[in-house]
Amino acid sequence: MTSTAPPTPATLPLGDDALILSHRLGEWAGHAPVLEEEVALANIALDLLGQARALYTGLADVLGSEDEIAFLREERAFRNCQLVEQPNGDFAHTIVRQLFFSTYQQPLYARLSPVLPLAAKAVRETAYHRDHAEQWTLRLGDGTEESHGRTQRAVDTLWRYTGELFQPIEGLEVDWQELAEEWSAGVRDVFDRAGLTVPEGPREGAWSAGAGRQGLHTEPFGRLLAEMQHLHRSHPGATW
Amino acid sequence: MVTASTTARDSRAPDGSTTDGSTTDGSTSDGSATQDAARVASLAELAGSVLDPELPVITLAELGVLRGVAEPEPGHVLVELTPTYTGCPAIEAMAADIERVLRQEAGAEQVEVRTVFSPPWSSDDISEEGRRKLAEHGVAPPRAGAGAAAPVLVGLSPTRHTASSPQQPPAPEPEPVRCPHCGSAETELLSRFSSTACKALRRCTTCREPFDHFKEV
Repeated sequence: MTSTAPPTPATLPLGDDALILSHRLGEWAGHAPVLEEEVALANIALDLLGQARALYTGLADVLGSEDEIAFLREERAFRNCQLVEQPNGDFAHTIVRQLFFSTYQQPLYARLSPVLPLAAKAVRETAYHRDHAEQWTLRLGDGTEESHGRTQRAVDTLWRYTGELFQPIEGLEVDWQELAEEWSAGVRDVFDRAGLTVPEGPREGAWSAGAGRQGLHTEPFGRLLAEMQHLHRSHPGATW
Repeated sequence: MVTASTTARDSRAPDGSTTDGSTTDGSTSDGSATQDAARVASLAELAGSVLDPELPVITLAELGVLRGVAEPEPGHVLVELTPTYTGCPAIEAMAADIERVLRQEAGAEQVEVRTVFSPPWSSDDISEEGRRKLAEHGVAPPRAGAGAAAPVLVGLSPTRHTASSPQQPPAPEPEPVRCPHCGSAETELLSRFSSTACKALRRCTTCREPFDHFKEV
C-alpha cells in the first residue's frame, strides 16, 4: 500500500458490504433454481468473502482479528449499506440486488485500485459479478410476464436503498457524484434493454432508506447477524 | 539478504525492497553470496514445484502464484503467494504444502507464507507449459492477453443463445475458446461460474462434451 492509502477505518464499510452480501448469497446454497445458479451464487459469495477477509485483515491493528470483526461486533458497529442486508426474496429479487450492488462496487473498486491493492485485485472479479447480474436482469425482465412482474417488483422494492450507496465514505477519495451518475447510466441501460421501468420513488431524502453507513440497519439485519454469529459466540475459541 | 523473485512481473522481495538478484546487505563475501543465492534458488524451485491442490497437474510456478522466496536467516523461509481469486480457498492448502515440502526437503525450521495482492495475479501469468498441461487435463486455458493488460469489460461473454432470445444476437468473441477434447472452436457458455472461482463452465457444440474454461482475469 502506498502512503496515499486510505486510513484504516475507511475500508470497514467496504469489508462489511462484502461480508454481509456474501452471507446473504450463501443462504441460496441448497435453494437455487438450477445447479449452475447455485454454483454461480456461491462463487460470487466466495469472492465477496475473500474481499471481506482481506479488508478485515488490514484492520487488525484497529479492530482485532478477522473473526472478532465479523463475529463479535454488535449490529450498530456494522457499516454496510442497507441494500446488502435486504433478504434474498425470490430469485429476481436477489438478481436485482446483485445488479444494484455490482454496478456500484465494480466502478468503485476501479477508482480505488491505485491506492487499495485489494480493490485492484477484486475489480476484475466484480466485473464477472456485474456481467452475471446484467445478463440475468435482461432475461428475467424481458422474459415471461411472470418473470417481468417479479423483476419490476424487486426493482420497485429495492430502489429506495440505492441512494445510500453514494453517501461519501470518509477517508475514501472518490468523486461520489460522478460514481452516482455512472451507476444511473449503467442501470438505466440495462433497464432499457430489459424492458424495466425506473421507479419514481425517492432514493434520497426523508422517504428513502439508508443509514447503514452510520450503523443503523433494517429489521432483517438482526436476524442475519444472529444466524451468522451464533456459532462463534456459542463456542468461543473453537477450532475445526 | 538473498531473495529469489519467481515471476517476471514482480521484482520485489518479500520485505518490499527491490532486488536485482544480488545481495543487499553487503555483509557476506562473494563466495557465500553465491552459496546463498543457490540456496534460495533451490528453495524457490521446491516451493514452485508444489502442485495446485485443485488442479493437480499444474505447479504453483506454472500457475504464476509464487511471488518470492527469501531466507532472512538460516532455517527461516519467507514465501510470498498471490491468490488467483480473492476468495480462493486453495491458498491455505498451498501454504500447507509449501511448508511441508520446505521442511522435509530443505530442512527449513520455520516457514512463513504470506498472501500478497499487489500486483494482482492475472491469467496471463500462467506459463506456456501450464497452459499446455491445463488443456491436456481437459481445462480450456485462458486466452492470452485478455487478462491484466486488457481493460475491465462488462458484458464479458455472450450467454447461451437460444431461439427464445432473438433480440440478443451473439456478440462476436475476439478469440474462440476451444474445446480441450476435440479442438473445436464451436463452444458455448453454460455458466460463468464453475467448480472453482477461477473457471467457467462451457460446452462443445461439436462433440457435445462439457468442459471447464479457466477464465481470463
